[in-house]
Amino acid sequence: MSGVDTPGMIVVGASLAGLHGAEALRLNGYRGRITIVGDEPHRPYDRPPLSKHVLSGELAADATELPQRADLDARWMLGQAVIGLDRHAHTIGLADGAVLAYDKLLVTTGARARPWPVESGGTLGNIFTLRGRDDAARLRAALVAGPSRILIVGAGLIGCEAASCCRSLGLPVTLIDPNLTPLARSLGTWVGGVIADCLKDAGVTYRPNAQVLRFEGDATGRVVRAHLADEHVVEADLVIVALGAVRETGWLKAAGLMADASGLTCDAACRTLDADGAPCPDIYAAGDVARWPISLYGDRLISVEHWGNAVAQGGHAARNMLAPADDQRPYDHLPAFWSSQFGINIKAVGLSEGADTVAIVHGSRASRRFLAVYGREGRSISAVSFDQARWLPAYAEAIRIGGAFPPIRDASDQDRIVSGLPGFPPPRRVSGSQVSGSQVSGSHVSRSDEARHA
Amino acid sequence: MPEDTLFAEVLDPANRADPYPIYARLREKPVSRQSDGSVVVSTHAAIRSLIFDPRLSSEDLPPSRRPRTGNPIKDWLLNPIKDRIVTAHRPLIFRDPPDHDTLRGVVMREFSVTRVQALRQRVERDVDALIEDCRGRDEICLVEDFSYPLPVAVICDMLGVPEKDEPQFQSWASQLATALEPDTRHDEASRHRTAAAFDAISGYMRALIREKRRRPTPDLLSALAAPPPNGKPAMGDFDLISTAILLLVAGHETTVNLITNGMLTLLRHPHEWDKLRADPERAPRVIEELLRYEPPVHFRTRKALGTIEIAGHTIPKGAPVILLFAAANRDPARFADPDRFDPDRDDVQHFGFGGGLHYCMGAPLARIETEIALVALSRRLVAPRLLSDPPPYRSGASLRGPEQLGIGIGGVV
Repeated sequence: MSGVDTPGMIVVGASLAGLHGAEALRLNGYRGRITIVGDEPHRPYDRPPLSKHVLSGELAADATELPQRADLDARWMLGQAVIGLDRHAHTIGLADGAVLAYDKLLVTTGARARPWPVESGGTLGNIFTLRGRDDAARLRAALVAGPSRILIVGAGLIGCEAASCCRSLGLPVTLIDPNLTPLARSLGTWVGGVIADCLKDAGVTYRPNAQVLRFEGDATGRVVRAHLADEHVVEADLVIVALGAVRETGWLKAAGLMADASGLTCDAACRTLDADGAPCPDIYAAGDVARWPISLYGDRLISVEHWGNAVAQGGHAARNMLAPADDQRPYDHLPAFWSSQFGINIKAVGLSEGADTVAIVHGSRASRRFLAVYGREGRSISAVSFDQARWLPAYAEAIRIGGAFPPIRDASDQDRIVSGLPGFPPPRRVSGSQVSGSQVSGSHVSRSDEARHA
Repeated sequence: MPEDTLFAEVLDPANRADPYPIYARLREKPVSRQSDGSVVVSTHAAIRSLIFDPRLSSEDLPPSRRPRTGNPIKDWLLNPIKDRIVTAHRPLIFRDPPDHDTLRGVVMREFSVTRVQALRQRVERDVDALIEDCRGRDEICLVEDFSYPLPVAVICDMLGVPEKDEPQFQSWASQLATALEPDTRHDEASRHRTAAAFDAISGYMRALIREKRRRPTPDLLSALAAPPPNGKPAMGDFDLISTAILLLVAGHETTVNLITNGMLTLLRHPHEWDKLRADPERAPRVIEELLRYEPPVHFRTRKALGTIEIAGHTIPKGAPVILLFAAANRDPARFADPDRFDPDRDDVQHFGFGGGLHYCMGAPLARIETEIALVALSRRLVAPRLLSDPPPYRSGASLRGPEQLGIGIGGVV
């Protein structure tokens, strides 16, 4: 496996997870061949700035390339889409017809933005999604052109960050979302209400409880307005569709793996599972594309679309790729994300899914500076801070050990613990392959698993 | 020896020169109850976790209490009021959020990188002058001749405290610095001395602040004292006085140790001394490693507001918690070969400036002063050698550093 004349390791997906995986292979002493295949022409880049500093113009889209921590000595095959996998032959097929052999494969193909349905106006001009570096560059150019009104569909993390950026550029924004508040899926409406207030203060025309049915274009094919389910019409000459992501697993359709648009299913050691549920010892997955059982939450299958997971899981999968079969360590990760919008730094740890209570343990919602903990059946399962991250590590630790809810009493900087119902919307009835324009996914966890059982 | 008295050994002046073997024994139990009811935390992981825990309070300083005078008006009316004021307006290192944050925010706005960087030339001038004063001598005391006068001059300049007043506040400052030492906290007579020193230095600061308001100068104290263009002052006068005292005391008591410990450590590692002299660019690495290896502040005390479960141990509610930063800096679970002074190590995430929300505000200033000092000393002192090793230490176990550092030199270039 480590000889130079063997095919070596292939990383499919020149992404954050892929880069960290490749680096970890080297840092763990792997001296054989590494090939990194990516469908974009770019070296791995950092996504978090795309919906913030790149849109606002503080950072050029091409200034987001990720630094490399190790001398990879890898063969880069960029701008080459992977179209198939033959597990038995140990090969992958590229769009240009090339076939590459591997000893072990790391799948880090990530996800792509959920597109607006073609039949509802998805091909009109000036409708954007925001996922990749090129998306961000195109959207930035369109913003600079000075649209008269921007419509953002979906008030998840990306939708809200985009709204924040557009307002800071002085552009008129309408934000439409089917839930009662922004960030309802990731934080619940009790906490999301704070962002609703921010939207109002920032001058965003916010339409909760609303759904876009279709877009209408002008004679040149550019979008001019949106028709809503409540028969209202919103004029807009630029649309940002922020409806979450679907996993890039189309190329695995015939591979005989447990893969669909909600992810490529793995065991706890990041090994992919075949259609019968048996782990494939040569094919690992990491990052947004991977669905894995999280032990902290009862081995529920989740996929986590966050930066920290891409880094940690990429490294972990690489470590296991080099380890013998009897030393495959389980991936133990506490999901976390951050966002910055409307001048607020939001940080969250844990999975709030299924929370039955939420409590403000420091600060207050009124001051927009607080730390909230989510509880389920008397245990602390997640926490979020708005400009109040300093104590978050203590709460993360409490969540990690499954501490009682609320986990920390008798604290300084803690007046009175105020609690409420988190207000999560009911699970969506959608599987990844049925894309519906009205579905909003700004949330960080795929809920398709629940949806299937709903 | 039973474990629960190990910290008493740390406090024992006989162990001041080398407390590290005791720290190693303490680390065997990351969280250890002492016979006096305090809890000592000594591993990197446990301290890292606790500095972000809101159940650990910094409001642990015993309330101020002035000695009886025999005058009933003083004893029953005036002094209790003064004590209450002093207790309520403790310096911000002894305060919790949200008050702490308000005060710290105001100071940090003024304690800016720009202001610190602007002091660079001043520090260079002072360093040159102090070394120049050593010309013609073959023995110097680094503390007296160099590492004490330098930070005092710098913090006076930055704050806007006339340097000529230094002899006045020197003894107040060293008395107040003992507030970090557990021995003092338990000793009634010492607490009385601290209250007296606080009274004296408060009087001095009050007058100085009045003067700054009358005739503002471009220094930090004038900026803090200046009434804002609109609205109420960012901090009240009692807080302003205690903050000014804190900056003055902390501004030199700690840096003295860092510079002296730096010189001592480098002279104990002549190879590193030579490397620094040959390559001043190494200074930042040397200083970060120093902050790990011989930090100027060895521990800080906090109070547990609630019961805390950590690393399989329980810290009971109300217990004083001693965060033994200097032990965590030598934790083999965190640092490879921790007892080796190695400026080339890449992993040097030390607690030399503490951590969490009380992380040293003066860190950039301390780094600049120490960097300029050590580089200049290494280039200008000819063939320095330690006259005694170990040197005599000051009494403090927390603010730990040599009382004197006799150095023989072959001249000054």
